[in-house]
Amino acid sequence: MTLALTLISLAVGFVVGTALALMRVYGPVELQWIAKGYEKIFRSIPLLILLFIFGAALLSWFMWAGSIVAALFVAAVFALALRSAAYQSELFRGSILSVDIGQMMAARSVGMTDLQATRHIILPQAYRLSLPGWTNEYAVVIKDSSLASAIGVIDMLYQGQAFMNTYPALFLGIILVIAIIYFVFTYPITKYVGESMTNKLRQLGLGGGKQ
Amino acid sequence: MTKVIEVIDVWKAYDKLEVLKGISFDVSEGEVKVVFGPSGSGKSTLLRVINMLTPPDKGEVLLRGESLMAHKAELSKLRTRIGFVFQNFNLFAHLKAIDNVSIGPRLVLGKTKEEAQEIAHKALEKVRMADWSHHYPAQLSGGQQQRVGIARSIAMNPDVILFDEPTSALDPELIGEVLQVMLDIAKEGTTMIVVTHEMGFARAVSSEMIFMDEGVIVETGTPKHFFENPQSKRAIDFLHKLEVLYGKAEADKQLV
Repeated sequence: MTLALTLISLAVGFVVGTALALMRVYGPVELQWIAKGYEKIFRSIPLLILLFIFGAALLSWFMWAGSIVAALFVAAVFALALRSAAYQSELFRGSILSVDIGQMMAARSVGMTDLQATRHIILPQAYRLSLPGWTNEYAVVIKDSSLASAIGVIDMLYQGQAFMNTYPALFLGIILVIAIIYFVFTYPITKYVGESMTNKLRQLGLGGGKQ
Repeated sequence: MTKVIEVIDVWKAYDKLEVLKGISFDVSEGEVKVVFGPSGSGKSTLLRVINMLTPPDKGEVLLRGESLMAHKAELSKLRTRIGFVFQNFNLFAHLKAIDNVSIGPRLVLGKTKEEAQEIAHKALEKVRMADWSHHYPAQLSGGQQQRVGIARSIAMNPDVILFDEPTSALDPELIGEVLQVMLDIAKEGTTMIVVTHEMGFARAVSSEMIFMDEGVIVETGTPKHFFENPQSKRAIDFLHKLEVLYGKAEADKQLV
């Protein structure tokens, strides 16, 4: 459940974040303004409050999911994804801007439309540049997904708490096991993806750092 | 001979700095025109104006009689017929050499993947880079990258190819391999506009040389005219400077 919550939130955040980043880099002033406002808002509200907003105050919006349990899950995804989108947008915007301007010129001079150039030339390079930083966003979201237990989403922490209520004496043991599980799902992935991507970028001659 | 490119009274300013002040010339089928002049004279801007990477403030550019400024929607279609080779190569960094060349035919000309690969392979063979087709740009030398850049243009089978100082970013020992490829395609009858200071290349293949300074065309003529009897003081001074820089023998050397 924790993994599903994390991955779905990241995926939604990825799509929304990309759209926001493109709005900010290429959009007309009005769209830039909207995207900027969105980022400001969702980066300034604590996740726990977002969870209460979506998971309690606005829970009736998500009842289409079928049951209370499903609605809570969707609400948690909303909170995590919309906040992640704001951070991912910042990340992608930086990467898009750091793709050399000559790439766009070359794409245009081959006859690509701006849309084709963005889709096939700019974004693939921007995503590659983002990946080392993106693993950080993964680490943040997977850990923050534990906050969803506060609104009653049955994630790993919630189940742990239920277990602890039954066996109060094992509190420390259980919480340590949970901590280790989070660690195992976070550290190796960020390390592996971050390092392999940094090497790949070096091979492509993208990004800075030592040679 | 039909005119491939017509540039008619083009003006361009960046803020108050006038870069192009009424440039007009045309290029006919199979011609190679060499544009040269001091840095800051507007040569590179002129090339970017021709394919509308930098739209001019005033004036007109025609590709076989069709205006490049009339329909914005048609612009990318017209651009497919104008190749552009950059000073800094600008190969797509995330694509292997073969994909750099095939992406245009596939994405823009609507060829199938196989057809595009075939076209790209032929283009890379022409620039003698077929053995390197599975390398990324960062794994290639500057001269090799520029040859892939030329192949990327050739693969689109354009009406004209614009070269923006194609050898200026290269180490001296790599310039020859790029110029040789340019000579080859010039001799096949490719219509070309080349901004360069490589006078040997100009002498070998150009049908006309255009000397620019401070945003205007100061003097035009055949290579023979420029090397034996240039008229304007500015052109004489500039050619003299090139001679001092590269040596008379070097400037006169036949590349062929």
